[in-house]
Amino acid sequence: MSIIVEALYHTYHPGTPLETRAVENISFECGRGEWLSVVGHTGSGKSTLAQHLNGILLPERGSVTIDGMESREKSPHLREIRRSVGLVFQYPEQQLFAESVFEEIAFAPRNWGVPETGIPAIVSSSLSLAGLDESYCARSPFHLSGGEKRKVAIASVLAGTPSYLVLDEPTAGLDSWSRKELVSLLGRLKSEGLGILLVTHDLDIALQCSDSILMLDHGRGIVNDTPQKVMEHLQSCPVPGLHLPEIAALSSALRRKEPSAPLTYDWKELKRWIKNHAATEASPLTGRKS
Amino acid sequence: MKFLNHLTFGQYVPSESAVHRLDPRCKILSVMVLLTGIFLASHPSVFAAWGCLLAALAALSNLPFRLVLRSAKPVLILVFFTAIIHVFFTDGTPVVEFGFVSITREGIVAAVYMGLRLLFLVLFASFLTLTTKPMELADGLERLFSPLARWGFPAHELAMMMTIALRFIPTLLDETDRIMKAQLARGAAFDRGNLWKRLKAFLPVLIPLFVIVFQRAEDLATAMEARCYRGGEGRTRMFPLRWKSSDTLAGLIVLGIVAGLVFGDRSLLS
Repeated sequence: MSIIVEALYHTYHPGTPLETRAVENISFECGRGEWLSVVGHTGSGKSTLAQHLNGILLPERGSVTIDGMESREKSPHLREIRRSVGLVFQYPEQQLFAESVFEEIAFAPRNWGVPETGIPAIVSSSLSLAGLDESYCARSPFHLSGGEKRKVAIASVLAGTPSYLVLDEPTAGLDSWSRKELVSLLGRLKSEGLGILLVTHDLDIALQCSDSILMLDHGRGIVNDTPQKVMEHLQSCPVPGLHLPEIAALSSALRRKEPSAPLTYDWKELKRWIKNHAATEASPLTGRKS
Repeated sequence: MKFLNHLTFGQYVPSESAVHRLDPRCKILSVMVLLTGIFLASHPSVFAAWGCLLAALAALSNLPFRLVLRSAKPVLILVFFTAIIHVFFTDGTPVVEFGFVSITREGIVAAVYMGLRLLFLVLFASFLTLTTKPMELADGLERLFSPLARWGFPAHELAMMMTIALRFIPTLLDETDRIMKAQLARGAAFDRGNLWKRLKAFLPVLIPLFVIVFQRAEDLATAMEARCYRGGEGRTRMFPLRWKSSDTLAGLIVLGIVAGLVFGDRSLLS
């Protein structure tokens, strides 16, 4: 049970002077209960790839298979694929349209044919998953704060009861508190068995939370590995538009002076090493003699 | 489901062709001459000549002919509708009759000619936008209308409105595309059910789109206000338009060809 992408290609405006190849020969796999982050600079093909994962875009070449169902033109499984893979677009609050939060969240289950009697329970559980309570049901989504609107939009996708959740830059435009809340929500969803595919250029979140990271550059996958390996790759071969988070950059700088320093994105690990090193070693960092 | 992933009527396609380099005023005036000429055409061989002229213009503009033809796709329904009206509402010698409805020989001929005229009109007009940047187009219109400003004609304001409208067409198409995809991902079905169901399915697209349009309009007005926009008076240009001898030559060639085609059409008819 997983999303399998094999040698995927996608071209916009084929056969016109504006022809642009957005995705080129990308392959990866992500199972339920796993967190895969897709990182890359602006225009690297991340959003195009995300839209392939729930059948909004169809492969020009290669294949996308969701739990054994192949996404292709006239596939009888296309609606099932869309239901299995929830897609949260960038600035999802801009898709809100209903008069109340309840109606907004009920939109997806109604479209998927859930009986009217089952909808209140789905709305309620989606709201609580997204970190909102039932007092929001009667409110207009247009009168909520930016962070709340985004939670409602995510709840409206979760209401479709997907097995995988693909999020395209979900933290864009959020303050640090809302960003933290969103990341912890995704962690909870992952522990409940949802496959998380996070499309982002925020390496900090990708390194901290992912099981694996796929790095894109100009539509091509350049690395698909664990966060540690991706960080090592970025340290040795920097990619334009992708910067190591401050902790990783600091640990990398320390390592150039002290080869025993860990290359890490975890501030606790780095702090521990600095403390131990300062206490026990003769170090150019502290100037202390043993 | 096909999305708005194709070139649209009114889109600029950059290239280094002789037509692209012409002054926008020359292109606007030439298109007006071409449009007048096409409405005077009424002989089959002259329509064929207009077709050749279109192909020659496409070659001269470095644009694939197929692309030019595709730009008329959104208005084909209008062309078809106009032709149908002519088929049923033109008097003449009946060819087929069903009760009170009759199709006349003259009606069929008028439908074909009117359909072709409209099609050519759209294709020539789309040449203007395919080969001219929206900003240049608006500048050209403003300069052409500027003599009327002394009688209170709002030339600058009209040009600015047109610039903004043209600038935002691709942006709004992108937004529509994005919202449609987002609603489709939540299970919306735009291509199923009867006409009423399909129209209703577009509500979740139209409402967010209106919200975005008003928000953008407000942001733009604030941004213009913040940069002290006060209309066109005393305003200079970063790239002032310059009428060159090549523009005069191109204008004269177009005028000559159109005059020749109109004269040929009249001679063939008589």
